[in-house]
Amino acid sequence: MSNDRNPSRIERYSPAERLNHWITALTFLLLSCSGLALFHPALFWFTQFFGGPTWTRILHPYIGVVMFASFGALAFKFWHHNLLTRNDIVWLRRIADVVRNREDRLPEVDRYNAGQKMLFWTMIATIPALLLTGIVIWRPWFAPYFDIGVIRLALLLHAFCAFIMIAGIIVHVYAALWIKGTIGAMVRGSVSRAWARKHHPGWYRRVTGGG
Amino acid sequence: MALQSLDIVRRSATTTPSPQQRQTTEVAKLIDVTKCIGCKACQSACQEWNDLREEVGINEGSYQNPHDLTANSWTLMRFTETEENGTLEWLIRKDGCMHCADPGCLKACPSPGAIIQYSNGIVDFHEENCIGCGYCIAGCPFDIPRLSPKDGKAYKCTLCSDRVSVGLEPACIKSCPTQALVFGSKEDMIEHANERIADLKERGFENAGLYDPPGVGGTHVMYVLHHADKPQLYDGLPQSPRISGLVGLWKGIFKPLATAALALTALAGFFHYVTVGPNETGEDEEEEKA
Ligand code: HEM
Ligand code: SF4
Ligand code: SF4
Repeated sequence: MSNDRNPSRIERYSPAERLNHWITALTFLLLSCSGLALFHPALFWFTQFFGGPTWTRILHPYIGVVMFASFGALAFKFWHHNLLTRNDIVWLRRIADVVRNREDRLPEVDRYNAGQKMLFWTMIATIPALLLTGIVIWRPWFAPYFDIGVIRLALLLHAFCAFIMIAGIIVHVYAALWIKGTIGAMVRGSVSRAWARKHHPGWYRRVTGGG
Repeated sequence: MALQSLDIVRRSATTTPSPQQRQTTEVAKLIDVTKCIGCKACQSACQEWNDLREEVGINEGSYQNPHDLTANSWTLMRFTETEENGTLEWLIRKDGCMHCADPGCLKACPSPGAIIQYSNGIVDFHEENCIGCGYCIAGCPFDIPRLSPKDGKAYKCTLCSDRVSVGLEPACIKSCPTQALVFGSKEDMIEHANERIADLKERGFENAGLYDPPGVGGTHVMYVLHHADKPQLYDGLPQSPRISGLVGLWKGIFKPLATAALALTALAGFFHYVTVGPNETGEDEEEEKA
């Protein structure tokens, strides 16, 4: 898989990191479908992907625990690349240029741009909240130990955090489709030099030693 | 119940009208706690008719047995001792589903057709559609539904919907030796209650009154209480029950708004792609320095 020998490609994610990302992504997809099925009746038919409504209800929280663990590893690996810098504030102020593909007007981006960092921190906030509220509403195992008021609040917060997270991931997926050459980073592990220079010049200079 | 019903006014997790061509008379069970002697005949009758048996439990120093509602015990006599009114009083209340006009259980339930409300006011669980999520428990202001450890389905009083649909009164009514339990049209039950309340007031219970809480749109199980001003004396009967604001928000405005917002987010991405277009790394940029 490694592209070490191809001079026009730069490694962005190791095989272990890709595996970790895709376990998180697949469990997220299963969680969103099973969760949304119970959230709105128009989506109840999603339960058919899980072997019926009762199986959907039973499986969802266990998949949630797997996703939490998988995301935990991902977050541990990447958090330090996601600290906000002064440039990020400027980048966010020029969001209109971002969506119009006018990258020449943006400040230099390192490994991640401000949008990617914001997504990271949104996940850091919502995923643990989904785990905690999920445990409170998990029947029959844990819910009976909680006060009814706490359960009601957890139900609302669980749905709210899921909404924020799913909206965030829609943007994340779209960004990967929109910025051509990005998908390869997470599928094959590498990006072209030109892609790196164009979208992540700061990172490009660091990994190529100034080239 | 597998029988076809043509009088379903509300069905859980369903956005179009259910068969409701037939309008039936609104019914009610009236529980006159001032007449109840705590004999539990109704509790036994409920188990008899519904063919359920409670496990033999242990005595914890009270007549209350079992200690709480269960998936087998859909009604329960709750016993309380109080000295609030200047003398020792032994209050007995038959607890069970209130058959709310605005049922929180039904509002919360995510499974289509697991909970239905008939035009006669009965709120019924259809366990074959129940997925065991327990949302109904969070939705109910009276702490009524119970998940069965045996099959993971939620159970509660049906107000004997099977008997009522063929013109019989609920089993508990039939068994009550003091006529503390009566059943009929809601209108008649209110009238009957008012007679009882007038009588109680005459005999010194100034605060006697009817419990038909407007916060849940009224109920189809009502109480005559000697202390209607303090319903919580009767083992925590809520003073002014209503569907929790949290549940109202979650199942009210948030559900359609959030669903629409997610659909629009995805749609916005698509429109961005077909207008602004993808951000490509050009051939020239590829060659520039490589
Ligand atoms: C992190 C661990 C998680 C746990 C322990 C968990 C647990 C639960 C539980 C117990 C329920 C109630 C239904 C059931 O019993 O299956 C539920 C519902 C739901 N979950 Fe999760 N969940 C987790 C993560 C997630 C994630 C990541 C999402 C999506 C982004 C999600 C979205 C939902 C939704 C939309 C519902 C339905 C809420 C409603 O009906 O309003 N959950 N979850
Ligand atoms: S436990 Fe059953 S009846 Fe109760 S809300 Fe869930 S699906 Fe509906
Ligand atoms: S008392 Fe509870 S279970 Fe009965 S109808 Fe009202 S909300 Fe539903």
